[in-house]
Amino acid sequence: MTPHLNPVALAPAAATTALMHARVQAGFPSPAESYAAGTLDFNQYLVAHPPATFALYAAGDSMSDAGIDDGDLLVVDRAREPLSGDIVIVQLATEFTVKRLRKTPAGLELHPENARVPYPILRPGGDEEWRLVGVVTFIIKHACPRSR
Amino acid sequence: MPTFALIDGNSFYASCERVFRPDLAKTPIVVLSNNDGCVVTRTREAKALGIRMGAPYFEVAHLERKGLLTVFSSNYELYADMSRRMMDTIASLVPRFEVYSIDECFADLTGLPDDPTDLGQRIRARVEQWVGLPTCVGIGPSKTLAKFCNHLAKRHGKLAGVLDWGGLSPERQAKALASEPAAEVWGIGRRLAEQLAGLGVHNALQLARADPALIRRRFGVVVERVVRELNGVSCLALEDVAPPRQQLVRSRSFGKLLHERDALAAALAHHTAQAAHDLRAQGSVAGLLGVQLHTHRFREQDAQYHACDWRPLPVASSDTLALIRAALALLDRLYRKGYAYKKVGVMLAELQTGATRQADWLAPETDPARLALLGALDTVNHRYGRGTLRLGAEAIASGWQMRRDKPSPCYTTRFAELPSADARMQDE
Repeated sequence: MTPHLNPVALAPAAATTALMHARVQAGFPSPAESYAAGTLDFNQYLVAHPPATFALYAAGDSMSDAGIDDGDLLVVDRAREPLSGDIVIVQLATEFTVKRLRKTPAGLELHPENARVPYPILRPGGDEEWRLVGVVTFIIKHACPRSR
Repeated sequence: MPTFALIDGNSFYASCERVFRPDLAKTPIVVLSNNDGCVVTRTREAKALGIRMGAPYFEVAHLERKGLLTVFSSNYELYADMSRRMMDTIASLVPRFEVYSIDECFADLTGLPDDPTDLGQRIRARVEQWVGLPTCVGIGPSKTLAKFCNHLAKRHGKLAGVLDWGGLSPERQAKALASEPAAEVWGIGRRLAEQLAGLGVHNALQLARADPALIRRRFGVVVERVVRELNGVSCLALEDVAPPRQQLVRSRSFGKLLHERDALAAALAHHTAQAAHDLRAQGSVAGLLGVQLHTHRFREQDAQYHACDWRPLPVASSDTLALIRAALALLDRLYRKGYAYKKVGVMLAELQTGATRQADWLAPETDPARLALLGALDTVNHRYGRGTLRLGAEAIASGWQMRRDKPSPCYTTRFAELPSADARMQDE
């Protein structure tokens, strides 16, 4: 039997967690105004446009210098206008890929970020089917292997 | 003059699948009903293969085997979530709207300064960008004409998905009506169309030009209203919703405004029990349940809140308790404290007739003690894990699993089934 999995936390109050009373020294960016009833609602922090926000997993290492590793959870906002410098999800031919968007006078470029592997810069266009799906707004990764 | 828009998703279930399967963007897809019975959604490409609506799976299986067709079992969990996203996106652009079914809603555009066609295009573009779903928009001075324009917008590609009745000259309007059979008009069923044909009324223009008094005498006030609506006289307000085919709706406005969740829950449970009863009376089961919640539209001094959400039933059911439980779970998701509520409603969709009927174990159906029992059931299951306590009907149902041989992932609602974005490099 498959274990019951929580829905991806997009609905308000779907992902709440007990509010810690101790101050975190590292300076956790405090969404203090937004808590209600003694719990932190991570949706409020992670989801600006609920109907347009999706989550997906990253695969591979072409964006490792941008902090995206294999298996990380990406929060994608389709309502946000992609600007040069944003990390974006692009539908390229029949696949989704994650890259850094650069707008240049010559057109759009999709940059990988991994100094150790010479991945090419993509310049979609011509007869190749592609579309900008959305902007990656958060990268969620496990900091403790035991939490996987 | 009122202005209504009818916005609906094109081949909705199949389009939901496509959002996460770009490889299927231009290929024929069909989605099967509960239990993989028959075709309930076809993409344009699937229609072009000659697949008819309602065709049993075995009729199209050979196309699938040859690799010409992709077939999905229905994934109501995905469709319900995508529906909520689509409706919330539309709500960000229009002041008032009402969900009509899982893939369509009416919006009230009356008095907006925008050009209706422009607004229609903005709605389409935003739903496409935010959610990834293609839609069509029909706009008109009555709901019936909005629906009619939506039908034309879908049929004629050169309209780019939006048609505003008010933008057509009287000649074009007449031509448009004449081009469609009377049965294509909202509220005119096949039987009625046959009777109308007996009077020489074959197309929508002839229906629009029919004598309302005669129509009223022969067919009653409902059909007369259709005739008036076709002539641009709005007879149906936003909340007057004739239930669409294949859907059961029970809702009522309250005599006084309600604030508390428990009061809403009691009303909702009552409607749901009634709907379950009607469902059993017609020997059907529902695969999908929706709940709508509305504040008082015309009390402009009050904060407004309108919400709708859907939930797939684990097993298609007409069991009162199973349906009430799903309805109350949705209510808890939708309910916001601090609003004065005017109306709550339940919608049962994906109806299927002739399936195993489950016994209605516990009656009377809305007895407060039974509702307390539901609450206790949920508390136990929450504390000790899902399925610790189950309704008798569910226990029986788990013996025969619903047939779902071609499932798609729940791309938006389960961590284990999220799509991946490739940060590898495609082979050049």
